[in-house]
Amino acid sequence: MHELAPINPWVALAYLVAGICFILALRGLSSPASSRRGNRFGMAGMAIAVVTTLLTHELANPVEVLGAIAVGGVIGLVMARRIAMTAMPQLVAAFHSLVGLAAVAVAAAAYLNPLAFGIADPSGQIFTVSRIEMGLGIAIGAITFSGSVIAFLKLNGNMSGAPIILPLRHLINLGTLAAILGLIAYFTLDQSPWVFWTVTALSFTIGFLLIIPIGGADMPVVVSMLNSYSGWAAAAMGFTLGNTAMIITGALVGASGAILSYIMCRAMNRSFVSVIAGGFGADTSAAAGGAKEQRPWKPGSADDAAFLMSQADTVIIVPGYGMAVAQAQHALREMGDLLKAEGVTVKYAIHPVAGRMPGHMNVLLAEASVPYDEVFELEDINNEFAQCDVAFVIGANDVTNPAAKTDKTSPIYGMPVLDVEKAKTVLFVKRSMGGVGYAGVDNDVFYMDQTMMLLGDAKKMTDDIVKALGSGGH
Amino acid sequence: MDFIAIFSIFVLACFVGYFVVWSVTPALHTPLMSVTNAISSVIIVGALIASAAAGSPVSKWLGLAAVVMASVNIFGGFAVTERMLAMYKKKER
Repeated sequence: MHELAPINPWVALAYLVAGICFILALRGLSSPASSRRGNRFGMAGMAIAVVTTLLTHELANPVEVLGAIAVGGVIGLVMARRIAMTAMPQLVAAFHSLVGLAAVAVAAAAYLNPLAFGIADPSGQIFTVSRIEMGLGIAIGAITFSGSVIAFLKLNGNMSGAPIILPLRHLINLGTLAAILGLIAYFTLDQSPWVFWTVTALSFTIGFLLIIPIGGADMPVVVSMLNSYSGWAAAAMGFTLGNTAMIITGALVGASGAILSYIMCRAMNRSFVSVIAGGFGADTSAAAGGAKEQRPWKPGSADDAAFLMSQADTVIIVPGYGMAVAQAQHALREMGDLLKAEGVTVKYAIHPVAGRMPGHMNVLLAEASVPYDEVFELEDINNEFAQCDVAFVIGANDVTNPAAKTDKTSPIYGMPVLDVEKAKTVLFVKRSMGGVGYAGVDNDVFYMDQTMMLLGDAKKMTDDIVKALGSGGH
Repeated sequence: MDFIAIFSIFVLACFVGYFVVWSVTPALHTPLMSVTNAISSVIIVGALIASAAAGSPVSKWLGLAAVVMASVNIFGGFAVTERMLAMYKKKER
């Protein structure tokens, strides 16, 4: 088709091997035992892809290229080493933005120098198929970039997590989206610069507009969605270059992000469209604020909690985002260890959306050296609350709200929740009684007879319980 | 390669991705995101081609910039995944 296509079958084969390594990398994640081997496969695949490219393309200036890899590599390694596990969602969002921007840069470079990519005839006319691929590549890349930047700012606390609602936003967004698609179609007829750069500018804009109205607790869906986009952007560029490694990877990553978004939406019983449309929690919290009644609840102290748990046979710990914010995971593990030393069975129950990204709680518990076979997913442990003595809820709220099962008018109705109310005793660690969860709804669990509210900072409360357990001499 | 051949690879890879990702244990969803993020930086292949090509200086610098960004992701993504995976331990006993 053109002069720079991989004529050498070995080159094509090498890219295929790289693609297969990436499949094995994801396959390894089916269990923690095989996961590290999988990660090595990923590294090997990347090394094969990069070395093949370096060997088969004449480098204009090897020093510049290797220097660029070294600079990026050092930055990446330092970030990877320094980042706190609680800040993983921000890091992933930042990484997504880089993939997006890199895709934009590559697509722009291909547009400016199509002959070097072998996607144009000698007169400089870019092939029609390549125009579509390039247009889609730059659009998805730009959306990934600007969307991830907003997600990063929200997750990192530089920007309020509250949804920002623009008037007529649906109209503006749909209009912009239609304009992008229309211009990409027009691009096949006219490859003039204004078309290409307008597509780029509009795509950057819509990335911002799409993420701004989405609230903090919907970020698991957003981060997964952007993950998916970064894959599709890579796939689009793979089509442009006719590179199988990029296409396979793009498809894998695209599928991965899409499935994670689906899992997160299902865990909130929300449709993907309603999450992306945004604004959740903005109107409901105002309504709930006005009509809140005062109901009696039972306060408790760290000593009470320590006593109750040390007398229990089984304790199920339910961590949520509040635990991550308070960095209470290490104290929590210490508490678990002390209880186990007293013969109490300790388990952890994780709701799929209990953090700011899929699997966030699992990583934090792993960081605190909680063995992964003590950590259970919602569907695996939900039956056990009825038999357990104490449910210890720390920094979670909406994911334990029984209204999701009973109250058809509740904004969280239908969402799968952890059945903590079935436990003999519920210990609920919460900052104060005033605040309600993300969904802006009150939680009946607070006011039940068997519930004891432990008000205070999650980490301080857990530390106090650890002290009480240590000195109690049980 | 012609478009249909590439497109076939793409469609089949989507199916492979679908089945492989569903088999990932939910406990490892965060490492899944960081590793997919690292491998999607295979876009560095395109960046390397751009940076190597003569003819357009702007295109070359865009390529080099993309090489830097993709390298941050590759090294950072794999390293942070490795760091996380090393923390997952079974009950010692």
